[in-house]
Amino acid sequence: MTVESTAARKPRRSSKRASAAGKPQSSEPQLVQLLTPEGVRVEHPEYDIDLSADEMRGLYRDMVLTRRFDGEATALQRQGELGLWASLLGQEAAQIGSGRALRDDDYVFPTYREHGVAWCRGVDPTNLLGMFRGVNHGGWDPNTNNFHLYTIVIGSQTLHATGYAMGVAKDGADSAVIAYFGDGASSQGDVAESFTFSAVYNAPVVFFCQNNQWAISEPTEKQTRVPLYQRAQGFGFPGVRVDGNDVLACLAVTRSALERARRGEGPTLVEAFTYRMGAHTTSDDPTKYRHDDERQAWEAKDPIQRLRTYLETEGHADAAFFAALEEESDTLAKRVREAVRAMPDPQDMAMFDHIYADGHALVDEERAEFAAYQASFAEEGK
Amino acid sequence: MAVQKLPLAKALNESLRKALETDPKVLIMGEDVGKLGGVFRITDGLQKDFGEDRVIDTPLAESGIVGTAIGLALRGYRPVVEIQFDGFVFPAYDQIVTQLAKMHARALGKIKLPVVVRIPYGGGIGAVEHHSESPEALFAHVAGLKVVSPSNASDGYWMLQQAIQSDDPVIFFEPKRRYWDKGEVDTEAIPGPLHTARVAREGADLTLAAYGPMVKVCLEAAAAAQEEGKSVEVVDLRSMSPIDFDTLQTSVEKTRRLVVVHEAPVFYGSGAEIAARITERCFYHLEAPVLRVGGFHAPYPPARLEEEYLPGLDRVLDAVDRSLAY
Repeated sequence: MTVESTAARKPRRSSKRASAAGKPQSSEPQLVQLLTPEGVRVEHPEYDIDLSADEMRGLYRDMVLTRRFDGEATALQRQGELGLWASLLGQEAAQIGSGRALRDDDYVFPTYREHGVAWCRGVDPTNLLGMFRGVNHGGWDPNTNNFHLYTIVIGSQTLHATGYAMGVAKDGADSAVIAYFGDGASSQGDVAESFTFSAVYNAPVVFFCQNNQWAISEPTEKQTRVPLYQRAQGFGFPGVRVDGNDVLACLAVTRSALERARRGEGPTLVEAFTYRMGAHTTSDDPTKYRHDDERQAWEAKDPIQRLRTYLETEGHADAAFFAALEEESDTLAKRVREAVRAMPDPQDMAMFDHIYADGHALVDEERAEFAAYQASFAEEGK
Repeated sequence: MAVQKLPLAKALNESLRKALETDPKVLIMGEDVGKLGGVFRITDGLQKDFGEDRVIDTPLAESGIVGTAIGLALRGYRPVVEIQFDGFVFPAYDQIVTQLAKMHARALGKIKLPVVVRIPYGGGIGAVEHHSESPEALFAHVAGLKVVSPSNASDGYWMLQQAIQSDDPVIFFEPKRRYWDKGEVDTEAIPGPLHTARVAREGADLTLAAYGPMVKVCLEAAAAAQEEGKSVEVVDLRSMSPIDFDTLQTSVEKTRRLVVVHEAPVFYGSGAEIAARITERCFYHLEAPVLRVGGFHAPYPPARLEEEYLPGLDRVLDAVDRSLAY
């Protein structure tokens, strides 16, 4: 390395830069917000939303129950009932806001942390736990709730969403498709390719990036030098950054993007600017790569507390509502706990099932061999 | 007229045309498949007749082609995607292996992935780097995929339609050096099952097993051996996943000798799998170890060396002699 190149690289490694790790590249530009962290309702010139008190209580309920489910799953992992859990703590508004913007005939392609979106789609939360317990790799029927299986390879599903949306357009349907992914996935080629394909074919798809600031231990600045929503411009479609901790803004922005898709105007990138309050999964330790003061700063922007403040200030919800919801949360947690513990291990022979739709000679042969092998123990036991 | 004499390329083109006519959910996707008709003209004239909605020119992005085909399949379409050349499939390998192959199982059978990935493969046409490879073993090794390769025009016509009708993802390897070889195609025949091997030539002393481009070489070798008084049977495997070991076993139990021939490198190649399985199944019948003839553990060489790299008549006959000498 030459002296010059070392010098050129130095500023990037300055303490000033290092302390900015995980912070936005630009300080929240054009962040669409309808509810401030203090719970104050504000207007936005392009996006607005008119919800009844009942609807707002519904959003609050969704977020509270999702958080409780998520917390219960984390606890179940700690108790050894789940092998792994990917918590959504802190991202409830991004998921509930976008999830409640969807119509029943829309189709969702999630990554592996969209427990709140799954909740909005009516997927039984206990279904999400099978893969984390290790009894299947998904298992639910994606077509029951138009909610595709969780995808673990980062960003792959954005192409599936784009292809599905191309099919929707071919069918002449007016439904839309939404693809969820994170800031880390934005670096994947598949995400760039999905942007290209969706733009070229004007596919009715909304790309919903939950920028939670961290891809395991890597901050967003290791993924991009420009704010993520600005990527869309280079592909020829609009990008918008929304306060991902503001459920009202997430709902309004996603609804608008979906309507645009339905009108045949093509894709939109929504960057929900949020924060992963917990670990990437239960197997990592965020204290090794980020400072606690960052988390504390984001706790002040908590999506649930801000809506609660608003509901209380406006008199949209009373103590009885919150108490009833607390009770409902307890019931949900109990149901989830019992369901996980009762979840049967798959049968030995299940590993040979559903590999092929039309069958495969080798699978048949190996299934028979393994069955005979297993049976030999039963005979010994007699 | 039901029986026509067609080059493999035209037979594949006719097969795609038939599939597009028969099922409105069938789509053709790939780079240059529209106006150009593909670099090998396999999709020639199809966009003109079926429109840009059915025969789709795609951006130059292989992962995007396969990834969006998966999405279209989830929507109920039956995409047939073209990868321009064997060596260009690797950007799509992730989508094929981690998604296309596994999604049916992931959903416990509740969704189907009827996607065909067509890949012109193999050498012998004097091409530049990445245009002559034989990566079939990389795909056959992956559960959830089916892998086939026709060796002649009739199989090209029928196997492609069967692959499109399959509810499983099929990797369809087309032997590009055989695209211009003519053969009889009976468009009204009743084809055999897609994954059944075919005895291409009867013989008594030794079995040559091959697929795709090497079937022709093996048939020529068998004819040459005949002149020396050796009776060689040739089995065209047609499918690399699954492999029809029953047909092959029947042949080897008769001839007691097996030589497997393919263009791909021998090391970890499909010949290794075939040799191991046949040794297991035919241990007491074999008069000689199963021998393999194929490419070397070297990158596919520049075109001026490919005739040395590819198994030719002499290398096959040499293996025949070695087997018979045991």
